[in-house]
Amino acid sequence: MLDGFALLALLVATLRAATPLLLAGFGELVAERAGVLNLGVEGMMLVGAATGFIATAATGNPLLGLLAAALAGAAMALLFGLLTLTLRANQVACGLALTIFGIGLSALIGLPWQGTPITGLATVLWPGLDAASPLVQQFMLLDPVLWLALAAPLLVSAFLYRSRPGLVLRAVGESHDVAHALGYSVLRVRYAAVLFGGAMSGLGGAYLSLVYTPMWTENMVAGRGWIALALVVFSAWKPGWLALGALLFGFVTIAQFHAGALGLDISPHLLTMLPYLATVLVLVLISRDATRLKLNAPAALGKPFTATG
Amino acid sequence: MPQGATPLMHGQVLPPRLALTGIVKRYGAMLANDAVTLSVAPGEIHALLGENGAGKSTLMKIVYGVVAPDAGTIAWEGRPVAIPDPNAARALGIGMVFQHFSLFETLTVAENIALGLGTRQPLAALTAEIRRVAAQYGLAVEPGRHVHHLSVGERQRVEILRCLLQRPRLLILDEPTSVLTPQEAEGLFAMLRRLAEEGCSILYISHKLEEIRALCTAATVLRAGQVVARCDPRIETAESLAEMMIGGGLARTSRPPARWTGPPCLVVDGLTLAADEPFGTTLREVALELRAGEILGIAGVAGNGQKELLAALAGERRAPGARILLQGRPIGVLGPAERRDRGLHFIPEERLGRGAVAEYSLAENALLTRLNPTTAPRGLLDLRAVNALAARLITRFGVRCAGPAAQGRSLSGGNMQKFIVGREIDAGPRVLLAAHPTWGVDIGAALAIRQALLDLAAAGAGVLVVSEDLDELLEIADRIAVLSGGRLSPPVPVSQTSVEAIGLLMGGAEGVAHAVAA
Amino acid sequence: MRLRLEARPEPSRAMLWLSPLLAALLAAAGGGVVFALLGYDPWAALGMLFLAPLSSLDGLTELGLKATPLLLCALGIAIGVRANVWNIGAEGQLTMGAIAGGGVALAFGGAGHWWVLPLMLLAGVAGGAAWGALPALLRTRFNAHEILTTLMLNYVAIQILGWLVHGPWIDPEGFNFPQTRMFEADALLPVLVEGSRLHAGFLLALLAVPLGWLLLARTVTGFRLRTVGQAPAAARYAGFSASGAVWFSLVLSGALAGLAGVSEAAGPVGQLQPSMSPGYGFAAIIVAFLGRLNPVGILFASLLMALLYLGGEQLQVSMQLPLAATGTIQGMLLFFLLATDVFIDQRLVLAEARHA
Repeated sequence: MLDGFALLALLVATLRAATPLLLAGFGELVAERAGVLNLGVEGMMLVGAATGFIATAATGNPLLGLLAAALAGAAMALLFGLLTLTLRANQVACGLALTIFGIGLSALIGLPWQGTPITGLATVLWPGLDAASPLVQQFMLLDPVLWLALAAPLLVSAFLYRSRPGLVLRAVGESHDVAHALGYSVLRVRYAAVLFGGAMSGLGGAYLSLVYTPMWTENMVAGRGWIALALVVFSAWKPGWLALGALLFGFVTIAQFHAGALGLDISPHLLTMLPYLATVLVLVLISRDATRLKLNAPAALGKPFTATG
Repeated sequence: MPQGATPLMHGQVLPPRLALTGIVKRYGAMLANDAVTLSVAPGEIHALLGENGAGKSTLMKIVYGVVAPDAGTIAWEGRPVAIPDPNAARALGIGMVFQHFSLFETLTVAENIALGLGTRQPLAALTAEIRRVAAQYGLAVEPGRHVHHLSVGERQRVEILRCLLQRPRLLILDEPTSVLTPQEAEGLFAMLRRLAEEGCSILYISHKLEEIRALCTAATVLRAGQVVARCDPRIETAESLAEMMIGGGLARTSRPPARWTGPPCLVVDGLTLAADEPFGTTLREVALELRAGEILGIAGVAGNGQKELLAALAGERRAPGARILLQGRPIGVLGPAERRDRGLHFIPEERLGRGAVAEYSLAENALLTRLNPTTAPRGLLDLRAVNALAARLITRFGVRCAGPAAQGRSLSGGNMQKFIVGREIDAGPRVLLAAHPTWGVDIGAALAIRQALLDLAAAGAGVLVVSEDLDELLEIADRIAVLSGGRLSPPVPVSQTSVEAIGLLMGGAEGVAHAVAA
Repeated sequence: MRLRLEARPEPSRAMLWLSPLLAALLAAAGGGVVFALLGYDPWAALGMLFLAPLSSLDGLTELGLKATPLLLCALGIAIGVRANVWNIGAEGQLTMGAIAGGGVALAFGGAGHWWVLPLMLLAGVAGGAAWGALPALLRTRFNAHEILTTLMLNYVAIQILGWLVHGPWIDPEGFNFPQTRMFEADALLPVLVEGSRLHAGFLLALLAVPLGWLLLARTVTGFRLRTVGQAPAAARYAGFSASGAVWFSLVLSGALAGLAGVSEAAGPVGQLQPSMSPGYGFAAIIVAFLGRLNPVGILFASLLMALLYLGGEQLQVSMQLPLAATGTIQGMLLFFLLATDVFIDQRLVLAEARHA
């Protein structure tokens, strides 16, 4: 049976499983609020995971690994931006291309590093805490990236709804033509949003390879990028709902590992399906009200912008 | 004295607020502005007059910094300036009210104004400022409301307020009355006159001649990108202005002297339909009766249920509760293709993307509403028959294009519309629905389209025309009804009503139905 | 002076077909750079990737073998994209086709009935179609977007296959290896060229090319699909059903992918294994775009992609290059294609500096 400590452990595990979804999800939320649909989250996460792992293994410093992952994710996003923003290519097709490319590239660069051991992100132990206590050990599992991910809803909300750049970003996502007519640089805003999304996806991927697992295996993101995308739809582009959705999915991911502990004899293959089936279910539930989706979706989402004149 | 300069009381000459010299703008092979020279004096209400496509909007976009000119100079209060972007225009003191509003639907009035001002002022302070200026000029607007809740007239007030908060010295308005009822337009004119008295110059773009004669003190007339005349509209007549604008006498449609009207061909009763879009209009208890041989005009300000009414009549949306009879037979449950098969055709408002597909050839576009055993026997396309159909439409309706293989997007707006109108008329409809049939097309094409509708009605079909252009409806319709807030007023014969009476209904005046018959 | 993109008055037909060739060349060049960076001789590697497989009959039959599932999946995906329906689930539909067809083989194979193979193919088609119908239902009934649902269903299908071959369907004499027993001879597709693995599924795939072309270019159904995809408002105006297009294209592309899956199971693989496809369902997305969403173009594009698969395997064997290298080149191929495609509708012009 679950006692208090087990519940705490479950909560910590849920938070850790939710962190990559929070990071990638909030990156994509910002990009989509600016009107750009980047379906390449999975690819950017994978490249971030591989790059972050390699940089950490090579330098021994996980912070450098995280930095490298964010930069790699942003570099992938830059590629996407060049195609969709500058060259105005189809965003859906380019997002798919980014994912296919990211799967191949990450497998290629990560190959020599498979099985390499690394030291993950360490938490600074507060003075006076007993490192041997199980409670403190649980606390130590809460690393800085996780705290960053938990703060993301607040930071992104404050940015979107309380700051002027956030207002401009929402305006660009609402109508690029109007924003352009008022003298705002649509491309600059969108590039910034897409690069932010890429960096966050890279971080989310690196969290998997540096903290969550921690190791590098091919295709290790395993659809989390797509789940993050689905969560953005689920949230109706609202930060609070996105955070809730990510936590829910963190829990579903963890629940499959605990099914055995609860005495359920179900094939691991069927349990592994759970998050994917849950995603479909969530999409179905949330998309049923078409008017609500239309009302909340950034009106210019996915549409290419051509400056007239 | 240079044109547009104003003598001051003590003999000093003030330079024009804005002087354009030799402005050239070229889009591909088309010369949108050909050496345009224009000068606006301080405190002047200056009309920029011209047909659709004469180059008015391009010129104004250049002044507002949205478009860069290929050649020419701009002088602001006597000093040459460059206006690389709208921010620079605003910094000079230029404000612009766009024809298609530049507002963000999901943001509040205050947020919209903040974005337009480019100030770092906190929203609370801005809100107070908005209230103050709104009260000063009698522009009732609530800063906290979301734009999508506002009527078209209110949105225009937001646009104007946004300009006024910058204390503009030149205000540009692009066809501002096209979205207003006649009464609202009077209110706008009063406000503009007051602004001009305070010293603000106004550039007023329009093709409505009476309105320019009533409001403006100077006019520059554009035709095909060139300045063809400068005049004082107060001493001109509507006819003389029209002649300058189109470079010849104003042709009129010829209307059969006596109109024969037959039995009802389309009867609608109890049509209630909820909006299917976030900012749509709900139709309430719409009833109408269209008779064979007549043109019924539906007037109203955009966004009052026109789209919804047409979608319900054409079959794009079903209204289960309503009674819709086509020549006595119920068609309420049928879709657009089935209704078309029974003789109900529809010319939609949007040409490319709805009435026609930009990427399709004209032959494929002809097929869009003409799939039948001739063009597609047994589910297979007969390309020869399809090409022949397109070729016939092109010749019969004088569509200027490269032939049936020409892509939809290669045609001008007027020619595309002639093709679409022709495609539906050629099918021999019993009932034709037409939405804004001449919107944005040149005068020649508009004339041809109106004539085609009149001829179709004369041949015994029932024609229902939805338009925001009251002049057009008064010209071709036999009876007019007004759509306001999703309700349709009872139709009245054109001969028994007036612009004022229709205007009152457009404004949503309840219980004034009797006024229409004034 | 700077370069600026400008819309062409008419799309360039030359560029439409030049673009995939250009993209292939650029991807090859990109591949060469990758090989060089990894410390391999780029010329030798490129030669092995693109030329070596074509130099023998064996290589040519293998090319046809690998092109078969790519061609089938890509045809379905392309028909979908023309209707603006994005089926990213070919991999899962292929897997379900293999499961359904394999189930028939395991149940009825070995007794020498003539109908086993036809029933397997039918079951494969039905399995794939059902896996495509599911997202169609979710889209038309619940408005859930097919990109995400088809993608999620890939993972689900692969887990179902994993569960089957690890559990209920595992070969009892297979030393606990996660795979079914080998199919009997009556449950295998006939081989076309003696001594090769090229099977009758290739002919079915070839047959699908003219049928697909006919559907898109010459039938009312195809015209409706294209209109729904190109201009949804025009389709609504004309009275062409959008949900009909969703159902038709997802079920059809599911069926084609299912056929690909059962052909793999009853062809080169001969049993069910935890993975029935090295990413054919995803590579087929690239094939569809590379072939200009046109069935004839897709035939050639599938051969090129098959070459990439074959060459990648050769590189792995003879130069110990990771298979992921070909995945990278695949990704680059699509990227370059999307970039060069920009010049179908647009052209580069020299722009004078603003406010000259």
